[in-house]
Amino acid sequence: MMEVLFYIAACIALLATGLALTRANASHALIYLIVSLLAVAVVFFLMGAPFAAALEIVIYAGAIMVLFVFVIMMLNVGEEGLAREREWLQGRNWIVPGTMAALLLLELMLALRHAPATTSGVAVSPKEVGLALFGPYVLAVEISSMLLLAGLVGAYHLGRRFIVRREKRR
Amino acid sequence: MSGLQVPMEQVLALAGLLFSCGLLGLMLRRNIIFMLMSLEVMLNAAALAFVAAGAKWGQADGQIIFLLILTIAAAEVAVGLGLVLQIQRRFKTLDMDQARRLRG
Repeated sequence: MMEVLFYIAACIALLATGLALTRANASHALIYLIVSLLAVAVVFFLMGAPFAAALEIVIYAGAIMVLFVFVIMMLNVGEEGLAREREWLQGRNWIVPGTMAALLLLELMLALRHAPATTSGVAVSPKEVGLALFGPYVLAVEISSMLLLAGLVGAYHLGRRFIVRREKRR
Repeated sequence: MSGLQVPMEQVLALAGLLFSCGLLGLMLRRNIIFMLMSLEVMLNAAALAFVAAGAKWGQADGQIIFLLILTIAAAEVAVGLGLVLQIQRRFKTLDMDQARRLRG
């Protein structure tokens, strides 16, 4: 039962990734990429890693994809962008990714109905992850915090000049 | 011994196929936004392999490495998209072949 769910999620992940990287239009690609990340999150859930699945959705499909959406929207502003926006809102672009996402939701519901809800024998609970994270891996936490700070400073430096120049032109 | 019920090889095959998709996209596409997306796919595939290994032995380490990969992806995409804005402003295109000269 759980194996079948895994194979369906794996097929959706591969299909959505393939479709995402062959689209001509960046926002269509983004929708497929989000579906692919959701499929990987379902695979994580089925493998007994619910914490990783939640983080995959919150950070990958949430925060990182929102950054992509912001930049794509910033790159085409004005009348031309508005016309393209109207074109994007047509229903046919949404059918395939929508069906894929609905299938994944159905899978999640099916997995939740069976009590253990994992294909793995034992689920690794968030508590174990937290204990290991702040026990033997505390140095890695410090290093990744420094990495995030460097990313923040770099993104601010690159983005600030973009914003200042645009204001001057007006 | 708590192992995966799905064979480990098949999860690793999925991770490998996803990674190849990302690599192929990175090599074939010349639009920088698609190149960044391919990088995300590749990092995600690596993370999948780590989580699968963690699940195989029932240890938390796989998920911790997943967290670190998530951090790297977030930092990388923030700087990368800042670069996208700069390239669009300077070269008026997202085609990376136009921006191959290191001198601004």
